[in-house]
Parts: sequence; structure tokens; C-alpha cells
Amino acid sequence: MVSLTWGLLLISIGVVIVISLLVLGSVVVRGRRAAIATVPVERGASGLRWLWIGVGVSSIPLVVALVWTVSVLAAVSRPAGKPAVLIEITAAQWWWKARYLDPNPSRIFTTANEIHIPTGQPVQIRLRSADVIHSFWVPSLGGKTDTIPGQTNLTWLQADVPGTYRGQCTEFCGWQHAHMGLLVVAEAPAEFRLWEAAQIRPAPAPASPQIASGQDTFEYRCGACHTVRGSKAGGSVAPDLTHLMSRTTLAAATLPHTIGSLSGWIANPQAIKPGARMPAMEVSGPELERIRTYLQTLK
Amino acid sequence: MSDATLAYPPLPEGAVRRIGVGWWGLLCAVLTEGALFGYLLFSFLYYSVQLDPAWIPVRYPSLKLALPNTIILLLSSVCVWWGERGVREGRRGRQLLGIAAGLLLGMVFIGIQLKEWHDKPFSLRSGLFGSLFFTITGFHMAHVGAGVIALALILLWSALGYFDRRRNAPVLIAAMYWHFVDAVWLAVFTVLYLTPYLW
Amino acid sequence: MVTASAERVPRVASQADVSASELDEIWKTKPGITGWLSTVDHKKIGLRYIVTAFAFLLLGGLEALVMRVQLAQPDQRWLTPEQYNQLYSTHGMTMIFLYAMPILSGFSNYLWPLILGARDMAFPRLNALSYWIYLAAGLFMYAGFAIGAGPNDGWFNYVPLASRTYNPGMNEDFYALGMIFLGVSTTVGAVNFIVTFLRTRAPGMSINRVPILTWGTLTASVANVLVVPAVSLTFFLLWMDRQIGTHFFDVSQGGQPLLWQHLFWMFGHPWVYAIVLPAMGMVSDGLPVFCRRPLVGYAPVALSTVATMMLGFGVWVHHMFATGLPNLALSFFSGASIIITVPSAVAVFAWTATIWLGRPVITTAFLYFASMIVLFTIGGVSGFMTASVPVDWQLTDTYFVVAHIHYVLIGINVFPVIGGLYLWFPKMTGRMLNERLGLWNFWITFIGFNLTFLPMHLTGLRGMPRRIYTYPPGMGWDELNLITTAGSFLLALGILLLLINVVRSLRNGAVAGPNPWDAGTLEWATPSPPPPYNFRVIPQVASRHPLWESRLQETDERSFVDYGMVLDHGRETAGTTPLDGEPDIILKMPEDSYAPFLVAVAASAGFCGLLLHVWWLAGAGLLGVALALVVWLWPERKLGQRVGLQHV
Repeated sequence: MVSLTWGLLLISIGVVIVISLLVLGSVVVRGRRAAIATVPVERGASGLRWLWIGVGVSSIPLVVALVWTVSVLAAVSRPAGKPAVLIEITAAQWWWKARYLDPNPSRIFTTANEIHIPTGQPVQIRLRSADVIHSFWVPSLGGKTDTIPGQTNLTWLQADVPGTYRGQCTEFCGWQHAHMGLLVVAEAPAEFRLWEAAQIRPAPAPASPQIASGQDTFEYRCGACHTVRGSKAGGSVAPDLTHLMSRTTLAAATLPHTIGSLSGWIANPQAIKPGARMPAMEVSGPELERIRTYLQTLK
Repeated sequence: MSDATLAYPPLPEGAVRRIGVGWWGLLCAVLTEGALFGYLLFSFLYYSVQLDPAWIPVRYPSLKLALPNTIILLLSSVCVWWGERGVREGRRGRQLLGIAAGLLLGMVFIGIQLKEWHDKPFSLRSGLFGSLFFTITGFHMAHVGAGVIALALILLWSALGYFDRRRNAPVLIAAMYWHFVDAVWLAVFTVLYLTPYLW
Repeated sequence: MVTASAERVPRVASQADVSASELDEIWKTKPGITGWLSTVDHKKIGLRYIVTAFAFLLLGGLEALVMRVQLAQPDQRWLTPEQYNQLYSTHGMTMIFLYAMPILSGFSNYLWPLILGARDMAFPRLNALSYWIYLAAGLFMYAGFAIGAGPNDGWFNYVPLASRTYNPGMNEDFYALGMIFLGVSTTVGAVNFIVTFLRTRAPGMSINRVPILTWGTLTASVANVLVVPAVSLTFFLLWMDRQIGTHFFDVSQGGQPLLWQHLFWMFGHPWVYAIVLPAMGMVSDGLPVFCRRPLVGYAPVALSTVATMMLGFGVWVHHMFATGLPNLALSFFSGASIIITVPSAVAVFAWTATIWLGRPVITTAFLYFASMIVLFTIGGVSGFMTASVPVDWQLTDTYFVVAHIHYVLIGINVFPVIGGLYLWFPKMTGRMLNERLGLWNFWITFIGFNLTFLPMHLTGLRGMPRRIYTYPPGMGWDELNLITTAGSFLLALGILLLLINVVRSLRNGAVAGPNPWDAGTLEWATPSPPPPYNFRVIPQVASRHPLWESRLQETDERSFVDYGMVLDHGRETAGTTPLDGEPDIILKMPEDSYAPFLVAVAASAGFCGLLLHVWWLAGAGLLGVALALVVWLWPERKLGQRVGLQHV
């Protein structure tokens, strides 16, 4: 797909250069500044021959592009091999829910805004929407596919080089469309399996009374919307936070994952992403401290 | 410089039958309104193809009123065509009778369809099918209404002696509109009432 | 000659033997507010369209400048997301619907009867109506923006985001109802152009002798007649879902968002051809004037205009490549979208050959026409790239597409329009635009435009999505956005220079005679500006360039421009057959009338009623429209619509 893009780009640039030279040449070589009535009107050569030559020559890259397009389309539409991982991604205003599917129900887990994939293997992605049309796009790894409510679309990715790839929503979806990014972390299959195993595990039980108190506060203030597996927080309209600390960004790749950002986000998400579905919780001081301490155990 | 070769034959002044601009204007209007119904029926067929047949609340739409009503509308077109022929032949009685009969049958069509609407178990707001059914037939009804007003005006103007065998463009134009409304009904009837029997 | 039948032999005379003042009495518009509200003169209506469309162009431009200030640097929070969304949506709506089509309607309205050798359009009152409704619909839509409820979901506002659930304010209602309202203007305008083309050309102007501008506008008009109902319908269905409680796009009831996209783009794609083909026609008619020769390839260009539009009906899915449709469908539409470049290539090569094989005189108008060929090509190739499905999957919804649409819209609509302004301003006003200021205008506009939009291709290739009110730093977008913003202000300066040129030249410009460019088509045979009746005698045409015939020596037949049918028994023009242009009727044209204005006022009331849920007002509006139409259509003896036409 990438070479098709560059190929068509080169053809396009070539066409622009040729036509620009023809037009510029015609103006520079034939043009004149004169009183118009002094320049005689003449029938001139018919010129049709040049017209057909031009159209004929320009049709060649068109046919090439057409054939090339259809063959690339066939090649990239399906994964290169049997997918190693199947992820169901549900786009919502303004975050990404990722549910890793598995024939064994105990291996199914949910995360948000950051997905890990093994390198060198195709990953199939099922795309759904919880509300309006969004579009799932990780530029370095593939083309975009819309998520449309009422239907399930399919796409696939494959990363051959390990690294972190940024993606974003690319269909206008409301106020915070600009801040709906996601990260795709590609790692060697062994490391991927480690990550996967960690994600499957529920959150650890609170190790101290402080953390237990934090968990209670979290369940009370945040559990209506958020889920942390292993606690009583079971809300499904907001990102799953069971392994929040394993993510490198917050708020759909909008904020770096630091203590400061986390606190700032919890205290007033509206200041960072005005219109975000998470209301200003009016959480501060000791309450905020307790919640944050609890969240920091969700590795 | 006078040139004897530039001379023109006698030309009609103002529209004579279909020679003029009004006729062509309505032809374009028919094209655009026809396209509108095309898109309405496209929407219906799009859903018919995409959705489970359960989306239609009444599996087999009742033809008890709709079929006779279709025939009534067809008859009204025949009457209007007959009246149109009357005006082109300069036969005023036939002209008035034909238009009046077409107008009357058109009004009967509206009445029967209103009754049919009233009896339907679904409504405009009850679901996707209801929304589509009443919007499509509603758009058609609006066009019939406009046609009824047009025919009434033609009847009035005919009674006032405005038209003869040459000056009758408004009659031909209104008649074409009426036939168009009839043709649209045939398409609507087929898609909404008959195709469910095929699925 | 008095006769009892409905026919007469039209008097033929030399121009010198026809009283200009008598014809003037018959055709002139009454002075003052009465004339202003009731005129049906196509020249006045055309100028209104042009002025109004330019006003919207400036408004849309200001909206863009505000956005560019926000986007000049990353992470700006000067505009809120809602403000930004309303700005970009209103900008799109303004440029695409309230500027791009109306400006071409304006030029076509003004020019068609003059270039076709007629005294007015086929339906003068309908012409007035199309303008009044355009103005009313534009004001209606801007009323929303003015109260902070402007459209905010983009110009093609997809459902479900446009539905009441996700967009509860009045924004989308202003837009939906306004678009339906505007659609009436577009449709009646299109009907007028089609019938005028078919029936009111000068005798002898067979279909292969009409200027390419008319082919462009005709093609656009036929397309509009067929596709405007799609968009009016889909906006109506949206409004019904939002305000009446229907379920057309209600996902929970089985509704499908893709139906909106199909209906919208079935209209939207032909529309974008409709807003460039007439402008391409202006280039095809304007370049020959400055190259001192006829256009290379008249027939291929005329046919390619029609072919482009016909193919244009079959490519709409290329706006939906990322929606998950099956590959077979995508391949078909991808192929069609690639093939459609071929007829465009015909035009590009015809224009280039005309310059090479002519003796081009460099004027501001010429520079605009010549430079648009390059801009057209750039816009064309970026379109060609996105026509390829896998490439589109990377490029769609990024700034690459924004670059593409601006190259095609500004390059193939705005540049020809400005060129057309320099070309026809003398005819419309009797004054020449200043050439020196014109050159400054051209270069600053050209450089500013390219500085703004050329970098955008790269911005898109680097992955910046469309419609984001801000962006994070370090993505590789920062410098590019800054350059684009700088360019946009330079472009604005260029447009300002155009305005200054227009205002100054209206007052102090060099006085222009009937034919300052020594051009060859019929409009240059009338005084500048033309009198209300256009031609004292109806021309008889024998070639494509009646005023150049002696020099071109293309045919033995000669056109008659100073000698022809007088047609002075009231307002009259010649009606001719569609293909050969043989006269077959003396068309009786209507007097000035208030009916079009009243229909527009009543319709406005009706739409306001729908918007505000004041149902009696909606009903009253409908009733008002119906009554005004009955008065309008009441058969008149003078127009030959009923028996009893009195003869002079």
C-alpha cells in the first residue's frame, strides 16, 4: 500500500511538472504585452492532434494506476495469514474501548486507548461504535476504517518492527474529535504474551488500609462509569482502568501519564478536554489523594 | 444594409399548444420531482435489501383499498386525457367534462387514501417502516393535492372561456402534471404494496 | 400586420431604423424601490447574484482566517471546540452553497441572453424568484450562525452526530431547513437555464455554435435537476427525525447511517462538478479572446463537459471508501473515479493548445485563465490519488483532502471567476478594471493561494486529520500549519486588492466601449452596459464567433448583428428549435412583477414556522406561496396564455 501511495504521488508530481512547463512555456514563449486590438485574430492550426496526443499519453498512467489499485486492494483487504490476535474495538465519544477476544472466555479482557500487538503477525480488528461514526486509523500500520453504529467493520494490522505507533480518530465525531488518539505498542511475541497475561489478571486486593479506603472512595465516586476488575467498580460507559498504570498516556493519548496529569485529569477533565463525557468531579484534597493512591496500584 | 435574403415565416405569438416555454419548464419539473420519488423509493428499497423482513410490521400489505384506489387514479388520468383531447379539438363540453371528472376522481383518491392511513396499525413515528410509508405516500398525496388545485383552476379557466384549440398550453401542462402524478403512484404502489409479496 | 390568427410575420429591419427609446420604454425597470422589488431583468438579477455571492465569499474567507489563527500553532485554546466546529462548518456551507454555485448562476444569468442573442431568459419571473430565495435561504442559515447556533457538524453533517441525541441545539435545524429552502432556488434556476438553452437562442445559433459557458451551465443545470432532490430529501428526513420523531436514521430501530451518506453524496458529487463546469466554460470562452483565435477542439471540449458530468453521477461512493463497503463496489467506484480524469484532460490540453497555437496577449484576465490550468492539474492529480482505494484509506479525512478540495474549488471556480470578472466587468459596468492593480492582485493571490494550500498536501501525508480545533506539538505539523496560516493572510490581501480594484474602477475606471477586447461573441455587439432590451434587433447567427467572421473565414455564411427581427410589440424575444436554432415562435415575455418577491417572503415565513415549531406560521407561509403562485400563473392575454391577444 505504501509503495502504491508513493508511486501515484510520483506520477502525480510528474504530471504537474509536465503540464506546468507546457503552460508556463506557452505563456512565456508565445505571450506578449500589447494592445489587444493590434494583435490580429486568425483561425490558426486546428490543434486537435495535440489534444489527442495529450489525452492519449495521460491515459497511460491512469490505466496503470487502475490496475495497480485493484491488485493492491485485493492484497491488503485480508490479513497476510491467520490472525494471531483478535481485538474488538468500540469507539465512543472520545475514547477507544479494546476487548481482546479469545475462544476461552477466561482469557477475554478489556482495556482502553492503548493496545499491544505481537510483531510479525497479523492482528484482526473488529470495529464497532457506541454512539456516532468514528474512524480507526494508525497511519504507520495501515489505512483507516470507519466505526459505524449498527454495523461491525473489519480491518487488520501487522507491525514488523517493534515500537509505539500513534493512532487517532479520523471522522469528525464532536467536540473532542481532536483529542481522540490511541497507541499501538508492537512488541516481540514473547513480551506480548507477558503483557497479555498481566492484563488478564484482575486488580490486586488492597495491600493496606489506606489503599482499601482508596478503593472504597473509587468505587463510590467512579464505579458508576469505570470498571476495575477485582473491585466492585463495574461501570461500562467509561474506560476500563484495571491496569491503568500500564499505559503510557491518559485521556486517549492526550496527556502523558504522570502523577500531575492524572491528578489534574481526575480533578477537572473539562479543563483539558472540554465537553468530555467525564464530568468535573469536584474531587480534591484528601479524597483525590486517596483515589490516586489506589489507582497507582493498578499496574 | 438591407438584404432581401433575411426574412422569416409567420410565427406564432405566444404559446400555441406545446410550442412555447411553459411545456418545457414543466417537463423539467417532472424530471426533478420524479427524481425525488426515485430517491424516496431508493431509501425504501435500500432498507428492504439490508434489513431482516421483520422490519415490515404488516407482512402482506392490504390491497383492499389500495388496489381500487389505484384504478380510480388511473381512471382520473384517462378522464383528464379525454378532456385534453377535447380542448385540442375545440370541443368545450368534452373539455369541461373530462377535467371535472378527473378532478372529482382525484379528490376521491385523496379521500380513500386518508381512510387507509387512518386504518393502518402503524404510524409515522412508530418505527422505521412507518416513517418511510407515511413519508412516501405523504409526498405523493401532497403532489396529488397540488394537482387537484391545478385541475380546479384549469376547470375554472376553461369555464371562463380562456382556451381554444390553439391557445391551451396551460391545459396541456396541467394534464401532463396529472399524468406524472399518476405514474409516480404506480411506482409507489408497486414498491410499497406489491414488492413485499415478493420477498 | 394585424391578423385574427395567432401568428404574425416578424418585421425585419436595420438597427438604425429601430427606435432605441421605444424599446427602452417597453423593457426598462421602474425606478426606485418598486423597480427593485419587481424587476425581472436578467442583468440586474445576475449582478445581484454576483454581489451577494462575493459577500458570502468574503464572509467565508473571514471564517477561514479565524480558523487559521487558531491553527497557526499547536495546542491553541483561543477558540472553544464548539466555536471552531461552527466556524469550519459555516465556512464550508458558505463557500460550497452560498458562493460557488450562486456566483456561476450570477455570471450565467447576466451573460446567457447576451451571448445567445436573446432579450431575456426563458422565465424572467422565475429568475427573480431564484435570486430572492437564494438571498432568503442564505440569511436564514446565517441567522443561526449569528445567534451562536450555526451548523456544527461539517457541511456534509453525517448522522448520528447530526441527530437530536448528539446535537440537541437548533444548529442542525437551521442548516437542514435552510438547505431545503436553498434547493428550491437552485432547482428553479436550473430549470430556467435548461429551457433557455433549448428554446431562446438567436436564430441560426445551432447547438454546435453556442459558447462553451452555456454547455457548462447547461450540464450543471441538468445535473442539479436530477440530484438536488436527493439532498433536499435527506435533509428533510433528518429534520423529521430531529423534530417530528421519525426513525429514518435511528440506529435503535434499524436505521442505517450509511443511507444518509449515499443520499448525500449522490447529490454531493455531481454538485462539485456543477460548481466547476460553468467556470471551465468561462475559461474556454475567455482564453480564445486573449489568444486571438477560436478554442482548440470545441466539439471535444463540449462533449467532455457532458461526459464529465455523466461520469460524475457514478463516482459518489469514493467519499465512502473507508466505511466498510464490499471490495467489488469499491473497485467499481475507484475505477470510475480514475477514468473521470480523462474528459478533464481534454479541457486541459485544449486550453494549453489554444495558448500555444494562438497569439496570447497577457492581461490580468489571461493570467487568471492560464494559471488555473496548472491549479486544475494539481487539484486533479490529488483527486486521482485519492481515487485509488488503498491510497484513500491513508489520505481520506486528512489535510491532503483539504488541499485537494481547495485546489479544485479555488483553482477551477474562483480563479476563472476572477478572470471572468476582469473580462466582463467592462461589459457590465462600462468601465475597465485597472490592469496595473490587476497584476498585483493576480500575483499576490496566486502566491498566497499556493503558499496556503501546497504545504497542506504534506500536512495530510504526515497524518494530520481534518476538523480538529487544535493539534499536539511534535507531530511534524507545526511549521506547515504556520506557513499555511501566513499564506492565507497573503491570499486575503490578494482578494482585498481585487475589491479595491473593483471599487476604484467603478468610479474612475477607463470608459469601455462595446468591445474593448475585440472579442468575437454576441455580447460584445451591445453597448457597455447593455440597454434593458439587450439587442435592438435579434441577431441571425452563422458561426461560433459572429464578430470575427470576416477574419476567420470559416464559412461562406454570414451572421447578421445589425439587422434582424425587431420584435417590438411589447416584451418579446425569438424562440427557436433546440438543435438547429430555427425560429418557431415569438415568445411574449412578462412585465415586472412582485409575485416572485412575495413567494420568497411567504416561503421564508413558512420555513421560520417550521424552524420554531410555530405551525400556524408554517401553514400561513404555505398558503401565501400558493396564493402568490396562483396570481403569478393566472393566464394572461398579453402573454398569449389565453385567447384574446391584442395586436398592435
